[in-house]
Amino acid sequence: MKINVTDQAGEVHELEGLEGWRVMEVIRDWGLNIKAECGGALSCATCHCYVDSDWLDAVGAPSEEEEDMLDSVGDVKPNSRLSCQILCSDDLDGLKLTLAPSAAKDS
Amino acid sequence: MSTEITTDVVVIGAGPCGLFAAFELGLLDIKCHFIDILDRPGGQCAELYPEKPIYDIPAFPVVTGQELTDNLMTQIAPFSPEFHFSRMVNSIEKLEDGSFKLVTDADETFFAKVVVIAAGGGSFQPKRPPVEGIEQYENKSVFYAVRRIEDFRDQDVVIVGGGDSALDWTLNLAPIVRTLTLVHRRDAFKAAPASVNKMKELVAEGKVNFQLGQIAKLDGEDGQINHVHLTTAAGDLSIPATRLLPFFGLTMKLGPVADWGLELNDNTIVVDTEKFETSVPGIFAIGDINHYPGKLKLILSGFHEAALMAQAAKSIVSPGERVVFQYTTSSTKLQKKLGVA
Repeated sequence: MKINVTDQAGEVHELEGLEGWRVMEVIRDWGLNIKAECGGALSCATCHCYVDSDWLDAVGAPSEEEEDMLDSVGDVKPNSRLSCQILCSDDLDGLKLTLAPSAAKDS
Repeated sequence: MSTEITTDVVVIGAGPCGLFAAFELGLLDIKCHFIDILDRPGGQCAELYPEKPIYDIPAFPVVTGQELTDNLMTQIAPFSPEFHFSRMVNSIEKLEDGSFKLVTDADETFFAKVVVIAAGGGSFQPKRPPVEGIEQYENKSVFYAVRRIEDFRDQDVVIVGGGDSALDWTLNLAPIVRTLTLVHRRDAFKAAPASVNKMKELVAEGKVNFQLGQIAKLDGEDGQINHVHLTTAAGDLSIPATRLLPFFGLTMKLGPVADWGLELNDNTIVVDTEKFETSVPGIFAIGDINHYPGKLKLILSGFHEAALMAQAAKSIVSPGERVVFQYTTSSTKLQKKLGVA
C-alpha cells in the first residue's frame, strides 16, 4: 500500500506502507520531519498530522485518549490525528495526509 | 548562595540508563551525583508513560515505566547516589587536570573526574504554542510555569490548556487576578474531575471566563502582551490580557548539550562502541542520546552501554588501579557492596 505525505515544507512524498505498521513508523522510517518522541505510546503528540478530507471517513475518529493528547498541541484542526494511531491497511491504500508544524523535530 | 560539590562522576539525566549507570559505577566504588531537569527520577519513562507497559526489558515480561524506575531506584540504593532535581546543566568546562566543572541553572558548581550524559531525547522543556513572535514575550508576560504567584496579582490572565496544570492554576490564581480566562479547544478536560467541577462553579459565579477556542496571535510591545487573539467556532475573538500561561505539556529538546563542543549527529552525541566515550575524553554518553553505527534506541542497549562506560570511567577515576572483572553472583566483595553478603 502507498501513503502520500506532504511534509511541513509542502513537499509530497509517496511512501510504501506495510500492512499492520503504524503510519507514524512509516513516516519516521522514511526520514521525514516528525519527532515521534514516545515511539507510539500515545503519550506525546509529536507525530501530529492532518488527514486529507477525502480520507477522514476511512481513517475513522480519534479515541478519547488521542483527543486528550491532541490537547497538548496548539495547531489542532478538525482533521487532526496522531499518525501513530493510524494502522496501515489495504483500506487506506492511497491515504493522503499532511504533517503538522508541531510534529517537526525542531518544534 | 552558590554551592560547590566534588564527586567522581556526574550523571546528567536520571532516566533508566542513567540510573543503571549508578549501579555499574557503584560496583566499581565510584560515587556519583545525578542532575535532572525533572522533579523526580525516571526520565521519559516516568514523564511520558509511567503507567504504560513496557515489554522488552529482559526478565520482565511486562513492566510499567514507573515500576521499572522504582526497581532501579531500589537496585542502586546501596550506592547512595545523590540527586539534584529540577535543574539543568548550563555549561561544562574541562579543567587543566582533565577533570570537569559543571554549572547548573540552580547556581551549583560540580567538580567531577567523569561526566556521563544520559539525557535520552534531551531535556524536557515546555511546549511552545505555535504563535508567531511568542518568544519576545516569554518570561516577561508569557510564562510556562508559575514561579511567583505575585507576578499574577491584579493582572488580566489567560490560561490555555485542559490538563491538570491549566485547571490547578485557574483555581489558584482566580482569587487574586483582575480577570481570568481559561481557553481550551474543547469542552472536555484531562484533569482531576474535582478541579473541573470547581472550575465550572467559578465560571457559573462569573469569576472565571471559559472560552472554547485556540490561541492564534498576541498583541503587545516591549515584551508585554496586551491582547490574546483566539480562533473560535464563532469567529476570531480578542481578549485583553497582561499575562498568558500556556500549558501544553513538555517536549524534549537537546538544550545546552548542543553547545558543549561534542561531536553531534542529528541531535545525538557521537560515541565509540568500546567505551561510549564522546569526542571529549572523560565525557561519556549512554542511552537514547548517543549515536554509533547500528545504534538501537532501546533501554536494554543503554544498560549495556552503562556497563562498558563504567569500566572505562574506572580507569579515569582511579588511574593505575587494576580492575578485576567480577560477577555479582560469585564475588563476595561485590555482594558486600550490595549489602547482601
